Amino acid sequence: MTNTLHRYGKSESFRDDFILFCIPSPGKNDEGAVEKQKAFLRICARHSPVNMGNGNRGSFKPERHLDPRSHWNRDLSPDWEGVIEGVNKPGTAAAVFDSEENARACLQEVVDADLGLSVNLSTSVSGAKEVAKCCGIHRHSVEYSLGFTDPHDHLPNSQVLELATMCGHGMVSFNMARKMLDMVREGRRTPDQAVTTLARFCPCGVYNPARARRLLEEARTKAT
Amino acid sequence: MLIDTNKCVACANCVPVCPMGAIYVDPDIGRARINQDECVECGTCFRGMSQEHLNPTMVRTVRKLARLFRFRFEPEPDVCPTAAFVMNELEMPRLVRQVFSDPVVEHKSTGIKGRGTEEVKTNDVNPRVGVGEVGYTIEFGRPGVGVRFRDIQEMTIELARMGVKFEAKNPITHLMTDESTGQIRADILGEKILSAIVEIKTTLDQVEAVLGTVEEVNRRIDTVTAVGISTRCDDGGEETRLAQVLEDLGYGAERAKTNMGLGRLTNAGAA
Repeated sequence: MTNTLHRYGKSESFRDDFILFCIPSPGKNDEGAVEKQKAFLRICARHSPVNMGNGNRGSFKPERHLDPRSHWNRDLSPDWEGVIEGVNKPGTAAAVFDSEENARACLQEVVDADLGLSVNLSTSVSGAKEVAKCCGIHRHSVEYSLGFTDPHDHLPNSQVLELATMCGHGMVSFNMARKMLDMVREGRRTPDQAVTTLARFCPCGVYNPARARRLLEEARTKAT
Repeated sequence: MLIDTNKCVACANCVPVCPMGAIYVDPDIGRARINQDECVECGTCFRGMSQEHLNPTMVRTVRKLARLFRFRFEPEPDVCPTAAFVMNELEMPRLVRQVFSDPVVEHKSTGIKGRGTEEVKTNDVNPRVGVGEVGYTIEFGRPGVGVRFRDIQEMTIELARMGVKFEAKNPITHLMTDESTGQIRADILGEKILSAIVEIKTTLDQVEAVLGTVEEVNRRIDTVTAVGISTRCDDGGEETRLAQVLEDLGYGAERAKTNMGLGRLTNAGAA
């Protein structure tokens, strides 16, 4: 399962946000899907993703038994192999790319591999059209996001929204996104540390640390 | 979700972690507490935070000393130092909170198959929305606000009045006692969840009426909504009809999920 449709931002803000995912349909093409999902993720891993997920975990993952000494040297590196080997049943496998070129090259290799699973790309409307065109494929269906409707004024400012909505299941809270913004502004955490902290809360592995890093860098000097 | 008060050291790391803002430090007991009415059982505190297993007495002593000297605590912000969260077994009706809020939990006991469906993600092998048809995913409570089933019911009743067809495999449809009226099971109406998706399908000419109804009902219910609207592209991979309708209605669709049409029927007998 992923949930990537309603990320907050204008089209231009998705220039470094391309989520490619494959999904089997029960009774239609789910036989042998586990191996195909692993093959999909292996292809994605060759095209410089910034995150990957298998529906149960992402490449940045919380620790069940964290060594207290690691506070001074927390591991910020993604674990691609853990995500690939962690696929154990038919479901959604996803990879996040921070450039159209990488997403396009990856999709081209997925097309060539002919896995038979449904493949979707979540990004700006224009970005998806361009990638499909370059790969020589005709889009089958499209689901547009109409954004959020908030008549009771519940939602926070755009900086917080952009960071928090990259986990579509809402596991990155507004308050945590705000805290990371503050910690980066105050020099208490680097953007790399802050985005990894946020990415650990997204169990599907679709949080985009590259876009989050850019947003945090921009927010550092921008008035709220 | 529970907090073991014998373990909690009131470090408050978990307070901003909660998507519903349901965790606070209670000064009367010097421990973190969960507002159980607001908690949606999403598991973010339990699963999303890394856990240390430090001795609570030792941690409290260190914290008292630091506080005495006005030292600023600078712990890792996503760590529970004493693994104080306890995920307890839930029963109906509270169980629906977890089913609709925790993306990694499956609960077949309720007969609910997750929060959403395949939508048009598998439209190439499992046709749901055809040419000239429009699929809607109307999501409540997202992002970060939450919703109670009685508010969702306000919407499903209005949509049922319009005569729309609810998606049969959708979890909310499963919880309806009467699809023709949009009524939802009475025992869960007060339960709060992180988000839920109502799925319907109409023809292209009903888009304006449906979106108008969604906006109107949203003004009456105290939450946020996020609408996804889908259709099938033509044989050349183009989609202009729905996009034009949305533009005419003033919706600027910036983002989309695009099914690239690579799926095939590969199961034995599926073709």
